[in-house]
Amino acid sequence: MNHAFYVYMSYGITAAVIVVLICRTWFDGRARRRELAELDAAGIRRRSARPVATATDGVSA
Amino acid sequence: MTDQSFAIKRLSDLANPTRFLALAERVIPWMGGLTAILLVGGLYLSFSTEGDYQQGETVRIMYVHVPSAWLSMMCYTVMAIAAIGTLVWRHPLADVAHKAAAPIGAAFTLIALITGSLWGKPMWGTWWVWDARLTSVFVLFLMYLGLIALNRAIDDPSKAARLSAVLILVGFVNIPIIKFSVEWWNTLHQPASVLRMGGSAVDPEFLRPLLLMAVAFTLLFFTLHLTAMRNEIWRRRIAAQRRLAARMASREEAAG
Repeated sequence: MNHAFYVYMSYGITAAVIVVLICRTWFDGRARRRELAELDAAGIRRRSARPVATATDGVSA
Repeated sequence: MTDQSFAIKRLSDLANPTRFLALAERVIPWMGGLTAILLVGGLYLSFSTEGDYQQGETVRIMYVHVPSAWLSMMCYTVMAIAAIGTLVWRHPLADVAHKAAAPIGAAFTLIALITGSLWGKPMWGTWWVWDARLTSVFVLFLMYLGLIALNRAIDDPSKAARLSAVLILVGFVNIPIIKFSVEWWNTLHQPASVLRMGGSAVDPEFLRPLLLMAVAFTLLFFTLHLTAMRNEIWRRRIAAQRRLAARMASREEAAG
């Protein structure tokens, strides 16, 4: 095998691992963002994120 | 006294997860963009500079191998600092920091091992030898995998964080071993040539792409780490809110 094989394999594998890492982080973020939006739509929020007027009704009772 | 309490208050303000999320949202796109620009520049230099008179084209493997190897050690050092944050201050952001860093560290260590092997075959005549540098980096890779497994095996995040923090700090002994392995033992791997007493032994022709790629990889690491930390904080909030909703539902059921 010539030198180019080792060089391109190195860059190819590095790129593949980094792309997997970026995609994993990106999709994880998207999924969590969606889950938070669903919980928010269902009226389930953190105590600090709840509007004052509705703090005593619903899930915070 | 007033000054001191003010300072601590301000520091704790910075470590507040909600403020951290706001900061992360603002800086992640900029860091990602800058990383992309630096990577493009680094790759251009990596392939436009001269080959080595002895190593030929394979010298280009250095521009991905060395930054990955640096990052594999830097990531573990970041985790060790976060582990101190977990054990001393019991800070949830520190828990999140070392948990989120482990898979990134494992990925860069894997890159360092594979590219090292691909460089070793044409230059040393072998893919792998069980010498001090290669073995200690392989142990580092196994430690990253062990930490990922430990975090996944324990449901309670704060308990998992305390246990992994102890393991991280015990395992930190491996970092100076990796760094100095090339000086303490006979090894096929070359000794330090960039960061060493008496200045770098690498020609500027190779040093320029190497340093640019190192900066790009480091920025990539921090972008990924910040994003992974943000995701982990979200994951914990989602779990907490679901638990709260379940408690409310069962309470309402009992009352009704």
